[in-house]
This record gives sequence, C-alpha cells and structure tokens, in this order.
Amino acid sequence: MTNSKQVLGPDDVRRAVTRMAHEIIERNQGLDAVALIGLQRGGVWLAETLGSEIERIERAVPVGSIDASLYRDDIGLRPVSPGSVSRIDFEIDGAIVVLVDDVLFTGRTVKAALDAITDYGRPSAVQLAVLVDRGHRELPIRPDFVGKNLPTSTDERVDATARGVDIS
Amino acid sequence: MRHFRSIDEVGTDGVTRLLDLADHMAEVNRRPNPKVPALRGKTVCNVFFEDSTRTRLSFETAAKRLSADIMNFGVSSSSVNKGESLRDTIETIAAMGVDAFVIRHGSSGVPWQVEQWTDAAVVNAGDGWHAHPTQALLDCYTIRTALHRTGGFDGLKIAIVGDVKHSRVARSDIRAFTLLGADVTLVAPRTLLPPTVDVPVTTDLDDVIGDVDVLYLLRMQRERMTESLVPSLREYTARFGLTPARAVALPEHALIMHPGPMNRGVEMAVDPGELPGAVITQQVTNGIAVRMAVLFELLGSGTELEDDE
Repeated sequence: MTNSKQVLGPDDVRRAVTRMAHEIIERNQGLDAVALIGLQRGGVWLAETLGSEIERIERAVPVGSIDASLYRDDIGLRPVSPGSVSRIDFEIDGAIVVLVDDVLFTGRTVKAALDAITDYGRPSAVQLAVLVDRGHRELPIRPDFVGKNLPTSTDERVDATARGVDIS
Repeated sequence: MRHFRSIDEVGTDGVTRLLDLADHMAEVNRRPNPKVPALRGKTVCNVFFEDSTRTRLSFETAAKRLSADIMNFGVSSSSVNKGESLRDTIETIAAMGVDAFVIRHGSSGVPWQVEQWTDAAVVNAGDGWHAHPTQALLDCYTIRTALHRTGGFDGLKIAIVGDVKHSRVARSDIRAFTLLGADVTLVAPRTLLPPTVDVPVTTDLDDVIGDVDVLYLLRMQRERMTESLVPSLREYTARFGLTPARAVALPEHALIMHPGPMNRGVEMAVDPGELPGAVITQQVTNGIAVRMAVLFELLGSGTELEDDE
C-alpha cells in the first residue's frame, strides 16, 4: 500500500452509507417488495451494511448476494475465480431489487449481474447502488444511488471497504 | 488447467479449486432454470469407446447447463466399424471445431495420446483400469457436502471395498481421498487387489466396518467370476457385501457410496433406500456439478487479463 491514497475515511463511508439508505427508502416509499442484492465479492459487505441501516431507520428488508462470474462477457479472457456462492432466499418475481456494489467502473459486472438476476425471476424493477462511481463506463449503465463520484484514470485501482476508500 | 486426465495432473490445489467451483455449479443446478451462459459458443464432444449411460449423460447435462454445444460420438454407429483408427477419428472430429474432448476408452493412457492429435482440452471419462478422475471428484464432493468437510478430509476413515484391481474408480478415489488427507483402507480378497498398493489393506470387512466414516462399495464385475477370482458371488456377498447385519454395525453417521451400476444382492445386499447414510443418488446429482466445474475450468478460465475492479 505504498502509493495508496485515502479519499474517504471510515466516518465518511459510514455517513455516505447512511445517506444512501435514506435515499433508497425515499425512492421506494414504504419499502414494499424491496430487496438488496450485493455483488460478489466487493458488494456483499455494503449490501449488508445498507440492510442494517435501512432496518435501523425504517424496517428490515431481505438481503442476498449474487456471484455473476458465470455470466461475464470476458469468460476465457481472464482467470475466473468465483466468490462465495450466490445466496438469494427470497422471491425475485415482482421484487424491487437494489443491486449493490462497492465500485462502479466499466459496468460489465453490473450487466452480468442483471443477466444473472433475471435467471432467478422477473423483478418489477432493478436499481443500482454503489459506494464509488469511478467513471469509464463501457455500457449504458448508470447508478441510482452513489456514495461518492470519484474521477480516476483507468490504470488506477480503487478499494472501497468499511474502513475507507483508497486509490492506488 | 489445460486437461483433466488424472487426479495427479491437477494435484491437491486443483482438486480443491474444482470442488469450490462445484459449489457454484450446484447452486445453478438448484435453480428453477438451471442454466448459465458461461460456455456459449464452445463445443464439447463426448467420445465413448465403452458403454456408459450415467457418465455420458452427466457430461452432456453439464455441458448443456453451461450453454456449451455437445456432440456425441458413439462407437457402434461410427466409422470405427469400418476400421478407422483412433487417431483419424479424433483428428476428424477436431477438424469440425471442438474445444474439449470427453473421452472414455478401454485402454489405459488413451487421453494422453489424444492430446497429441488435437489442440482441444481433454477430459478423461475413464481409461482402462487406470483412472476415472471426474468420478473421484464427485465422490470427494459428495463426502465434502454430506459430512461438511470443506476444509479437507484430515482424519476421515474411508474403506473401499471390492474389486480394487480392475477398478479405475478405486484408483482415482484412492489418490483423491489421500490427497485431501483421508485415511483410506482397502477391503478385498487378495485376488482382487493390485500387486502394489500404498494404503493399508485388509480382507476382513467386519474388522473395519464399525469404525468408518465412509463405506465405499465397488461394483463386483460379474465377468471376474469366470476368471475364478472369487469362488462364488454368494461367498463374495457373505464376506464383502453390505448385508443387513453389517448395515447395523456401521456407525450412525457413516456414508454409504457406490459408483454404479449397482449389483443388488451382491455387493449391495440391502436396499440402499432404507439406509439413512446412503448417498448414492447424491453422487449422481453431484456428478453434474463437478463436471460443470471441470468444463468451466478448462474452457472458461483464461489467464491473460487482470481483475478489472
């Protein structure tokens, strides 16, 4: 971590997550049929944290996780190491799914996750929540809830955890 | 991983990686729509020079659930009957554009020969008495999930009973179980043991049955009778079969496994449906998940690019 620069500290992350939780509640009034799904691997902790924030503010919503590595468009081009097994133990048909990831970059992971989710059922809507939007989209995908917009160059690396957001 | 022809070819790390990957495939298989697009555009060819229903169907299902195209080559309906050589057969199919060969052959070593004639990945679905590594993988996966042994098989006691000598399943299982840390014991009449083995051997099933975690019964191949390797099937059952009396002697948590096809009344002298520890149908189900893992590892995992986020 020699050339690593912290852009958000743990407190900034906590505040951003709380704000995003409020925004999710506000957008989906009553939270009816809302479920959070974290993307393996980086989005899972964020989905869980958002889930407990939403529960603290309003009420509990189902939280799951999805591994989209079998849906990627670059299969065969890079090593694939799936994270933990997908865990969706609630009905996807008719749900408002909030996909959650730590960093939004090219958008290809989100595209794979959208494909994966529709194999479980037909959500009535899918929204996207990310802690960091670092730009450089390669697909027409935009987030609904953003913790921080962070201009980066393509060769930089962004790590976003509860301990903070670092660029290296 | 380029090919999957024996357990030794991939080693402990490879086996563990494939078993981890199989967890993901098992999750796919539990869905209402058990299909993912991972291997779209890839072609897998089953080339079976020996009879098989479950292994061939299992590979076929695995390929289809990953969205690969599958071709089946059966010897009885092919030009092999006109005298075509194995090499010509493989080269002909390869010329049609195949990404992986799944091959079963009566001679040991054929999957290694096939590699020299094609750029495609080669999966061994059984070669002679030598190896049947995907069977070993599904057996490991079944034990791992049924006994919650994700971390390995350290201290697990596994007895493999029956015709070890002629069994490629036994040979691959012994390697895989041992690599994962299990203590394997072979139980068989001396005529059905290979000349050299590097695990403990006994001829007394009753001596070990009270203390096993896994009882693995091998198929008693009836043709061995004519070779006078066992005096009679009845005597074989009396000494090495799973009888009602032995089923009672098994520890409560012990798994009972069999690679199929099963000879009821010979090695399996009880109804496995009445044994709570029998996981024989799970073995078949898990076979699809581990074969998906193998195909995906060989055809879907590249090495060039770095993780993008």
